[in-house]
Amino acid sequence: MNPEQISVFLENKAGRLAEVTAILAEVDVNIRALAVADTSDFGVLRLIVDDNHKAMRALKNQGFTVSKTEVVAAKVSDRPGGLHFILKVLQANGLNVEYMYAFVQQSGDDAVMIFRFEDIARALKILADNNVTVIGGDKLYNM
Amino acid sequence: MIYDIEYETMPREALQAIQLKRLQATLERVYATVPFYRDKFEQAGITPADIRSLDDLGKVPFTTKQDLRENYPFGMFAAPMDNVVRIHASSGTTGQPTVVGYTARDVKTWSLLMARSLMAGGATRGDMIHNAYGYGLFTGGLGVHYGAERLGASVIPVSGGNTKRQIVIMKDFGPTILTATPSYTLHLAEVADEMGISFGDLNFKYGIFGAEPWSESMRQEIERKLQINAVDIYGLSEVIGPGVAIECYEAKQGLHIFEDHFLPEIIDPQSGEVLPNGKTGELVFTSLSKEAFPIIRYRTRDISALNPQPCVCGRTHVRMTRISGRTDDMLIIRGVNVFPSQIESVLMEMDYTEPHYQLVVDREGSLDALTVKVEVGENHFSDEVKQLQEMSDTIAKNIKDYLGVSARVKLVEPKSIPRSEGKAVRVIDKRKL
Repeated sequence: MNPEQISVFLENKAGRLAEVTAILAEVDVNIRALAVADTSDFGVLRLIVDDNHKAMRALKNQGFTVSKTEVVAAKVSDRPGGLHFILKVLQANGLNVEYMYAFVQQSGDDAVMIFRFEDIARALKILADNNVTVIGGDKLYNM
Repeated sequence: MIYDIEYETMPREALQAIQLKRLQATLERVYATVPFYRDKFEQAGITPADIRSLDDLGKVPFTTKQDLRENYPFGMFAAPMDNVVRIHASSGTTGQPTVVGYTARDVKTWSLLMARSLMAGGATRGDMIHNAYGYGLFTGGLGVHYGAERLGASVIPVSGGNTKRQIVIMKDFGPTILTATPSYTLHLAEVADEMGISFGDLNFKYGIFGAEPWSESMRQEIERKLQINAVDIYGLSEVIGPGVAIECYEAKQGLHIFEDHFLPEIIDPQSGEVLPNGKTGELVFTSLSKEAFPIIRYRTRDISALNPQPCVCGRTHVRMTRISGRTDDMLIIRGVNVFPSQIESVLMEMDYTEPHYQLVVDREGSLDALTVKVEVGENHFSDEVKQLQEMSDTIAKNIKDYLGVSARVKLVEPKSIPRSEGKAVRVIDKRKL
């Protein structure tokens, strides 16, 4: 199974992010990776956590707007040009990356990047064709 | 179904004859008993005897909210306090409250009109009415209550507030008719949802909603969420309370005004000139049968139009279009007239937007700035900022196209706009004029 990311709608107000982290801490959910995209008014917080179900329920109960999105976690060799190789392959195939961010933990000697694609099936095929290793959800959440 | 066949389907000529007779009696009454009206008539150089046809009503001066305030509390009463059995008052959020009174016969008339209204909205003897209009000085709760009893239906006097308990009552008692403000109804739907209760599983068939302006798209939203037929009811305490006009569920195309008891006019709010049928303007009412608190040419500040076309339901009483705004709610932003209900229409026509919004008007330098806050619900939330930005831009573009005014759209978190148990606060005007 592909990993799933949780997205949370946040107004650009002091302390909102801390409220999310407090809610997750309370229900004992561990944040594995995090990225924020923001505008002057609002932001979208993207999270990889160790228990999606628990995290979503807790956040919804507190009135947050939350959604779940399938993403791709790919191993990137941790050397100069490692990320560039993947992006080059994607570009050559005309595949657009909606956004991406780094995972905290390494997988062996490799770094791990989280990618969001429109066409996830095609992305997976292209990555496989070019010998890029992707990591499944269960493995990623507990890495 | 029609409660009062004789009067509600009376041929227009007969109806007008009754109107004239009752109008003349009402004018005589206020001239004799209310100094305010006597002075007004004298200043205008008329006496009740000068009103020989319905068209002559145009000679009579208007009455305004300000007049009622200046005669606070009982100065406009046309019956001795001994004969007054009930007193209601408006909330007075924008100044001194206005106080109205009822004789025993007035209460009877009001009950009759509310029984007519409830039946026009789908209720019959066998129904159970969940009445979530507030009980108290506000006329909504008791108005529906007396009408329901007159009709012979069972009424649950649940009043406003304590929403979770209301949902439990709905589930356990199985009421078939809901009466509430539209904004509170949406709040009920939200809370039911949170409690895991679906309105579709409840017994409701019809809903009768009013006491605040709402839009056609809000009707569709309520009908879909509650799986009922929703009709609009209109009234104001100065005229009698709810039961001045009601939409029939057969047509749902405007509200029949009970013309045997109230005489409607539409005027140009600036010039005071009476406008012909079909033209939009300020709604003006004259009561025809009230004893304790008759009202003459009262300017409601509500914006509507009159439609005299025959209706499929069989009622002959003229219909008013749903209130599209208020002359005093009307915001003038950079010279453009804006009603909150228009913003609501824009939002609801974009079906990915929940109808929770608020208008904030401020002044930046010497220019008015309108910000529309819109809550982002789950249906249209995206993990991509680009899409949220596009949604916000589309809302702003549609407001500009529809209203001709530029607005800054601000997407906000769910439940961040305050919910009210009664009427929704849709506008915050921070301009210091």
